[in-house]
Amino acid sequence: MAIKLPIYMDYHATTPVDPRVVETMLPYFHEKFGNAASRNHSFGWTAEEAVENARAQIARLIGATPKEIIFTSGATESNNLALKGAAEMYREKGNHIITQVTEHKAILDTCKRLEKYGYEVTYLPVAKDGRIDLDDLRRAITNKTILITIMYANNEIGVVQPIQEIGKIAKEKGILFHTDGVQAAGKIPVDVQKDNLDMISLTAHKIYGPKGCGALYVRRRNPRVQLSAQIDGGGHERGMRSGTLNVPGIVGFGKAAELCQIEMADESARLRGLRDRLKDTIFAKLDEVYINGSMTHRLPHNINISFAFVEGESLLMGINDVAVSSGSACTSATLEPSYVLKALGVGEDLAHTSIRFGLGRFNTQEEVDYVTNRVIEVVQRLRELSPLYEMAKEGIDLSKMNWSATAGGEH
Amino acid sequence: MAYSDKVVDHYEHPRNVGSLPKEDPNVGTGLVGAPECGDVMRLQMKINPETQVIEEAKFKTFGCGSAIASSSLATEWVKGKTVAEALAISNTDIVRELSLPPVKIHCSVLAEDAIKAAIADWKKKKETSTPAQTTSTVGD
Repeated sequence: MAIKLPIYMDYHATTPVDPRVVETMLPYFHEKFGNAASRNHSFGWTAEEAVENARAQIARLIGATPKEIIFTSGATESNNLALKGAAEMYREKGNHIITQVTEHKAILDTCKRLEKYGYEVTYLPVAKDGRIDLDDLRRAITNKTILITIMYANNEIGVVQPIQEIGKIAKEKGILFHTDGVQAAGKIPVDVQKDNLDMISLTAHKIYGPKGCGALYVRRRNPRVQLSAQIDGGGHERGMRSGTLNVPGIVGFGKAAELCQIEMADESARLRGLRDRLKDTIFAKLDEVYINGSMTHRLPHNINISFAFVEGESLLMGINDVAVSSGSACTSATLEPSYVLKALGVGEDLAHTSIRFGLGRFNTQEEVDYVTNRVIEVVQRLRELSPLYEMAKEGIDLSKMNWSATAGGEH
Repeated sequence: MAYSDKVVDHYEHPRNVGSLPKEDPNVGTGLVGAPECGDVMRLQMKINPETQVIEEAKFKTFGCGSAIASSSLATEWVKGKTVAEALAISNTDIVRELSLPPVKIHCSVLAEDAIKAAIADWKKKKETSTPAQTTSTVGD
C-alpha cells in the first residue's frame, strides 16, 4: 500500500475528527439546530436531549456523573474557569495556589494573572524524569492553600504525574485538586473517584472530536466544589458558564469520548507497540540520542527524543513530509528553547535538538516505519554537516569549549 | 513558516561541506556561535599568501536551515575573492540573496562573523609564523 504524504504525527497538538464523530454531528447543524436552552418547543428539547446524552458520555469516560460536566469553549477556558473561579470563590479561605513548572501556558499564565491580583503561587520543580516530588508538594502546603493544580500528563514529553497520590494528599488536607487532563483523558484510564479529582479540564479536539469545545468536571459531592463564573449571562451550566451551548460540538465531543472509552485498551496497546518500534529502531541505528522524560510514567503514544548535534528546525526541514514538533528555539515564537525540557535539566544545547513524536489513531505501521527511516537518514546527513558532531567524535568536550559571544548569539 | 527556494536549495545541496587542515599556515578557521544558542558555524578558507586570494573554502554548520544556507552561500561567495573583498561581504547581502525573514537575520550575521573570524585566524597565523614557511617556492 502506498503511503499518503504528508504524514501527521503530532497528535498532542490536535487530532483529526473521527469520521464516526463527524457523522454524529451532522444532523445538529441544519435539521436539529435548536437552542438547548429553549424550553418551550421541540427544537429546544431535541437539542437539550442531545447535549444531555453527550454529557453522560463524557461523564462515563472519567467516572463522573453527568451533572458534574460543565461545557466550555475548550481546555484553556476550562483551566481559566477552574483557577480563577476557585480563587475568587475561596478567597476568604486563603490565597495560596500550588502548581508546577511544566504546566501548559493556560495554567501558568492564569497563575501569573492571579499573582497580580494578590494570590501567591508556588511553582514546584520537577525531577529529571519530569515528575514532581510528593514531599515537595507536602512541604509547599500552608494553611492558606486553597488549590493544587497539577497536569495529568505533559503535552511535550508525555510524562504522567503521580495523580492519585497528589489527590490523596489534597483530600487529607482539605485542599481542592484540579488537573489539566487534556492529554490523558481518552488515552489512559482517568477516574475522578480513584484519582481524587475535584476538577479536571477536558477538550474535544485532542480526542478526535471538534475544536472549540471543552469541558470542566466540577465535583458535586465530597466536597461540593463551587466556582465563581468568569462569563456572566443567561446562567447556563449551573450558573458556572453562561452562553448558548455549542450543540453540534458537544454532540461530537460526547461521541468522541464514547469511542475513546470503548477503544482505549486496544488503541493504547497498538500505539505503544508502534511508539516502541520507532524508538527502538532509532536507538539501534543512531548514537548520541536521548529520551526526554520518564519512560515508565509516560503516555503510550508519546516519545520525545534529542538528537545531539542536529538542530531541531533543520531536522524538521529535512523531514518536511512528516508533521512533528521540536523543542528548538527556532520553532518557537519566543526564540527560547522549550521551558519544559529546561525544567527537566535538559541542557539548552540538547533542547535545541529535540523532536516530539505524538502518535495517534490513524497512524499505521507503514507510516511509523517511513517516519523512522526518514528521521535516521536526515539525522545522519545533518551530522555530516555538523561541526559539533565532528568535534565530539574527535573527543573534544564541547561543554568545556569557550564559545565566542558573537553578534548573532544574542539568544 | 516557508523557506525561500534558495534556502531550500542550499539546505538540500550544501556547497563546500567539509574540513581543511587546521594546522596548515595558509588555512584560517572561524568557529562562531554556541550550541546553547542553537547555531554553530565553522568556516575554513585556504588563502594564497602571495595573491591574498581565497582558493578554497569549506564549512560545517549546526543550526537551522537558514544558518546552513547562510554558511553554504558564504563559502560560495568567498571562493576566488581576495581577503579584502571577502571582508567587504556584509550580512545584508546574505539576507537579500536568501530572502531571509527578520527572525533569521542572526543567521546571516553569524555567517559574516564566520568569514571575519576565519580571516582573522589566518592573519594571526601569518604574524606568528616565520617568513621562511610562508614564502617557500616563489622567487627561485
